[in-house]
Amino acid sequence: MRQKVGNYPGVTVERKIGQMPGSHTQGPIELIDLPGSYSLSPKSLDERIAYDVLSGHLPGEARPDAVVCVADASNLERNLYLATQVLDLGLPVIIALNMMDAAEEAGLQINIPLLQEKLGVPVVPMVASQNDGLGKLKYQMRRLDLPLPAERQWSLMPAVDVEIADLIAELQAEVPTLPAGQGFVEVLQCLTSDLMMEFWEERAPLFCTKVAAIRDKLDAQKAPYQQAEVIGRYSWLSPLVAQCVERRKDPSQKTTSDKIDAVLTHQLFGPVLFGLLLLLIFQAVFTWATPVMDLIEGGVVNLGGLVRSNFPGGWITDMVVDGVIAGVGNVAVFLPQILLLFFFLGLMEDTGYMARSAFIMDRVMSKVGLSGGSVVPLLSSFACAIPGIMAARTLANPKDRLITIMVAPLMSCSARLPVYTLFIAAFLPTGSVFGIITFQGLAMFSMYLLGTVMAFVAAFVLKRIVFKGESSFFAMELPPYRVPRFKQIFWRMIDRSKAFVVRAGKIIFGMSIVLWFMARYPVAEMDTTIAEQRIEAEATYFAHVDSLVASGMPQPMAEITVDERMAATFQRQDAAEAGYLVEHSIIGRIGKILEPVMRPLGFDWKISAGIVSAFAAREVIISALATIYSVGDVDEDSPLLREKLKADRYADGSPVYTPLVAVSLLVFFVLALQCMSTLAIARRETNTWRWPAVMWLYMTGLAYLFSLVIYQGGQALGLG
Amino acid sequence: MTLNELKPGEMAVVDGWLTDQPPLRLLEMGLLPGTEIQLIRFAPLGDPIDFKMRGYHLSLRKTEAAMVRVRDIR
Repeated sequence: MRQKVGNYPGVTVERKIGQMPGSHTQGPIELIDLPGSYSLSPKSLDERIAYDVLSGHLPGEARPDAVVCVADASNLERNLYLATQVLDLGLPVIIALNMMDAAEEAGLQINIPLLQEKLGVPVVPMVASQNDGLGKLKYQMRRLDLPLPAERQWSLMPAVDVEIADLIAELQAEVPTLPAGQGFVEVLQCLTSDLMMEFWEERAPLFCTKVAAIRDKLDAQKAPYQQAEVIGRYSWLSPLVAQCVERRKDPSQKTTSDKIDAVLTHQLFGPVLFGLLLLLIFQAVFTWATPVMDLIEGGVVNLGGLVRSNFPGGWITDMVVDGVIAGVGNVAVFLPQILLLFFFLGLMEDTGYMARSAFIMDRVMSKVGLSGGSVVPLLSSFACAIPGIMAARTLANPKDRLITIMVAPLMSCSARLPVYTLFIAAFLPTGSVFGIITFQGLAMFSMYLLGTVMAFVAAFVLKRIVFKGESSFFAMELPPYRVPRFKQIFWRMIDRSKAFVVRAGKIIFGMSIVLWFMARYPVAEMDTTIAEQRIEAEATYFAHVDSLVASGMPQPMAEITVDERMAATFQRQDAAEAGYLVEHSIIGRIGKILEPVMRPLGFDWKISAGIVSAFAAREVIISALATIYSVGDVDEDSPLLREKLKADRYADGSPVYTPLVAVSLLVFFVLALQCMSTLAIARRETNTWRWPAVMWLYMTGLAYLFSLVIYQGGQALGLG
Repeated sequence: MTLNELKPGEMAVVDGWLTDQPPLRLLEMGLLPGTEIQLIRFAPLGDPIDFKMRGYHLSLRKTEAAMVRVRDIR
């Protein structure tokens, strides 16, 4: 079973479910992976999910039979805090003491039998990255006689302790289905968490009233009841851990990880290296992927040719070649870049550098109203806004979370990459600065920079206008650096890319067919001037053939000679006819309707039509343009879309795509929200259509405004 | 003296909070009275701050660190 495990608290946000074979009397065991968490007291959404599953609060889902609590051996005390909360749930518990190698390296010798005896549950030492201890863990999981944890061994401060028994009785009286042994934890949660009070408000109103009264009473006594649980648990845990762990090294001695940090989070080198890393990633994505992309591009053209030569002509073959193969192929081309990007993100997560980037960036982020914790969701949004928006669940502060969700789609996702690549490669100059950084790489970097800067500006404005109030709260662990596990990174890269391809692929496959129809139908009656030109050209053709035959040349020879002489004329004629047909098709008409609105941005009706089709998903513009152009251009010698775009002219002979138009279009794609899936996920995460609507309006507004200023400004400066 | 006033490398013991409602998350992460804590370094722009306590690194913003009273500085 493969599972995503990241070296950053909260990487696993959603529950993941898997199966493993149980002992022969049991049948399969279902495994549910819960989000990594510091505590069971629900403060953020991912903690809420974990608590809901463990306590059986999720409707239609039974409480688990047992819990495997994974603890980091190199950071035992803090990790066992969560474990002691799990112990109090009254379920059988196995503690998987992972990262034993890291503990050893830090000079920690853990007395496992003693720890097991003190906690009263099985403790399995492991190095999961090397599959070490997995067999023992599986053995414990298959046991049918797992012991229940011993009675609670820690105590609350007396002022709070005297109230607990009454509250448990009250809750059990009101909710008789509450599993025995769970009452204590529920009561503790309600004392500290308003989220849990909300949960019980309707289910156990009397209990809630009583809890509120006791909170007031304790407040009046100045008893710090909210800290009672934490202080109680740590007072028990600290001496216990001290007993079980022998330190072989002076704790003030610097570890390898500390030495690396001295460089990577250095005042000067830290930000410089972070900047260089980002530049390297974008440079790599743009240049390393090129050979493979060329290969795929060639393959798509060949496949189209193969289908065309092996199947009878007709609209079905046309649709398959011009619609489906061209459309899907034009997006498949960008898979190498997407894979590379996911690889680098995985590498940052796995080594522990992701948390350092948050540490370095927090000051900047807090200035604009975000927190260092927003760095990971925002960086993930470079791959795709959907995982980015979902990763924002790890932010404990709801304002931080909402702002992060609102600006995440401004980060340039991988779906924009095809659009950037196509237009940058086609319309911006080649060449380089200092011989290393290419202009095109620099242009790509600028696109990402623009999106990022706009995300910051948007966050700043949102914080000031929509969410006035105190600054957010920030506490983040910096995990020890780890040698990256390439197998893990590889599978995560594949998983993420697959999710993208499947999501994009479905939309693109369907859209390609729809677009092909929209570009081909209705078949308009040919314009009389163009039709007359054809008649004229054919008349000239036959006149030439006749005169050659009259001068003694054999008929077939004469035809070939005139064919060659008039090839260009007929090609122009074909293109004019095809162009006329597309112009009068459904998509052409939509583009035409929009052209007056889009013309000030430098976009003609074809680009407008492409943008319309791209409102479902950005990458669709490529297949849309491919469809429009391959239907409108019969020239098979220039199969590459970028050549077709470059060759496109207005009626007056001026090129449709100047570098200025390309920049205007690029900026439009940086800023506009053209993704149905993002809107859907934002709706799910914010639980209202209001925020996705605001998101769509402000982003599309920004896009129009920026493109307008760039195109009009550029023309005024004589750049157009 | 508060946590943010330590110099890089200095150790101290947490004495208490300057607020009645300390953030629960920080308590859960082990930042409690009696805990030994060391300031490792300030982030490149001076904020947040990297601390080491209970054998792990925790980074806090200045505003949060300023709520924590410390004693026994060495």
